[in-house]
Amino acid sequence: MAYIVPRPELTFKEKAYLPSILNGLKITFGHFKKMMRGETKVTMQYPEERWDAELPEHYRGAPTLVKDEHDRERCVACQLCEFICPPRAITIKPMEIPADDKFAKVEKRPAEFEIDMIRCIYCGMCEEVCPEQAIFLRKDYAITGITRAEMVHDKAKLYELGGVFKGLVHKWNPEK
Amino acid sequence: MTTLAFFDSIPWEMILWAAGKSLFVIFGVVLPLVSYTVYAERRVSAAIQDRVGPNRTGFPTTLLGFKKDLQLFLGGLGQPIADAMKFILKEDFTPAGVKHFYFWLAPCLAMLPLVSLAFIPFGSSLFGEKMVIADVNVGVLGIFAVTGCSVYAIVLAGWASNSKYPFLGGIRSTSQMISYELSMGLSIIPVLMLFGSMNLSDLVQYQADNGWLLLPLWGNGLSTERWLMLIPLTISFIIFMIAVFAETNRLPFDMPESETELVAGYHTEYGSMKFALFFLGEYAAMIVGSALMVVFFFGGWHIPLIPDGNGVGGLSILHALPDWVWGIVNITAFFGKVAVILVFFIWVRWTLPRFRFDQLMKLGWLYLFEIALANIFLAAAVLAFTSK
Repeated sequence: MAYIVPRPELTFKEKAYLPSILNGLKITFGHFKKMMRGETKVTMQYPEERWDAELPEHYRGAPTLVKDEHDRERCVACQLCEFICPPRAITIKPMEIPADDKFAKVEKRPAEFEIDMIRCIYCGMCEEVCPEQAIFLRKDYAITGITRAEMVHDKAKLYELGGVFKGLVHKWNPEK
Repeated sequence: MTTLAFFDSIPWEMILWAAGKSLFVIFGVVLPLVSYTVYAERRVSAAIQDRVGPNRTGFPTTLLGFKKDLQLFLGGLGQPIADAMKFILKEDFTPAGVKHFYFWLAPCLAMLPLVSLAFIPFGSSLFGEKMVIADVNVGVLGIFAVTGCSVYAIVLAGWASNSKYPFLGGIRSTSQMISYELSMGLSIIPVLMLFGSMNLSDLVQYQADNGWLLLPLWGNGLSTERWLMLIPLTISFIIFMIAVFAETNRLPFDMPESETELVAGYHTEYGSMKFALFFLGEYAAMIVGSALMVVFFFGGWHIPLIPDGNGVGGLSILHALPDWVWGIVNITAFFGKVAVILVFFIWVRWTLPRFRFDQLMKLGWLYLFEIALANIFLAAAVLAFTSK
């Protein structure tokens, strides 16, 4: 059965069309004027304006390694993060700590610790799995480079980004 | 005739002036105006849609090893230069199966509107030389003849591309341009009836002496005849403006390239500089249309109280400065008026949605054509009633 679409009866003013065009021009001019006066909220002009101060506490940026207050590498090269990493961005080469070292009791530390930032998906599983709280996702988000090699963060770079983390490791903290 | 006499018979001075004026108008004013109209289009459309638009193009000095890019052009004014570089450096790809000769011819024809600039008086006079390239008595006819040819660019592009969407775009543009050419030509007749000549520089001189056609406030513009003529002239102006929108394929009438229906219409198969020529041609046509509106209805290069390039008219205190200063002021005034109308074009484009094709045809044939025709009789009646 045919359905007849109900068409509204137009007044002469609506049929003449020009008044509605003028109305439309008025509306667009209003937007233009607001923009010129700077009343319109627009996109943040990124490299000059940044959102860094408002980043939330739980923001997941680049993964980094930390040292403790005695300048000891917290990482004990257990390789849990390497195994859990979904895109396999982490590569760890463990080494024995020599007996004459100040931290000889810790037994192991990473000889090499590389995170390929092209592969990293910022999921935070490495941070979650780490028993020593040695790896943290910090708030750096603008990780850029010109070559692929540049995008691989080595140990020195990771410690430089991570800095020092003070306090008891959770596994020794009875309150946690 | 000896060779020497032949050389003497050539009006070298006139040829040099014409060449100088053409170079100035095309490369000094219109092509920069075209590229900056594109920029203005992007900025104004952005402002209307609550966006920012291109606001940061500078010189990429980082490519030369500097630490920062040079932001010489504030607010992205370098954007047109970057756009042009991009178009020139892109691969000039010709699809298989096109009709080569016409495929190459079409973008060249798209720049044809620039020819009609020759008839437009863009200034009063400078050092005693009239600021119009071709001061001919058939100026109006010449312009309509040249702009009428610009439909060939679109039709040839649509046909030579050998592809369905450009073909549809070409067909649409043919019918649209033919329909609106009629009302465009008819709408201007009341102006010619009042003035009685087709020489555009004389028309502007008349408006300078006797009030702009839409602002008759001095000279014989204060007569009953001119004020009564305001009615048909306003109708003329509105129809002429709508027809110019349709002729230049601007938004409420951009059927030939309606991208939601026809991909990109007639220039779907074009890329790089060939596409850029269509793009520039569209804006050049806009400039010609705006220039025509200024010449016909808004007094051309004239501003009230400012003398012309021969030191005639205007406030007597302004004659203290040399005449060429006012000649340059007149040229600036003309292109300033053109720029205002161009902004209006842009404003309309970002306000109105596109017509349906049958609505477009109905508007052109059932309303504008009839109104323009009746308007001629109205103007004739006014002139007959007021003349003694």
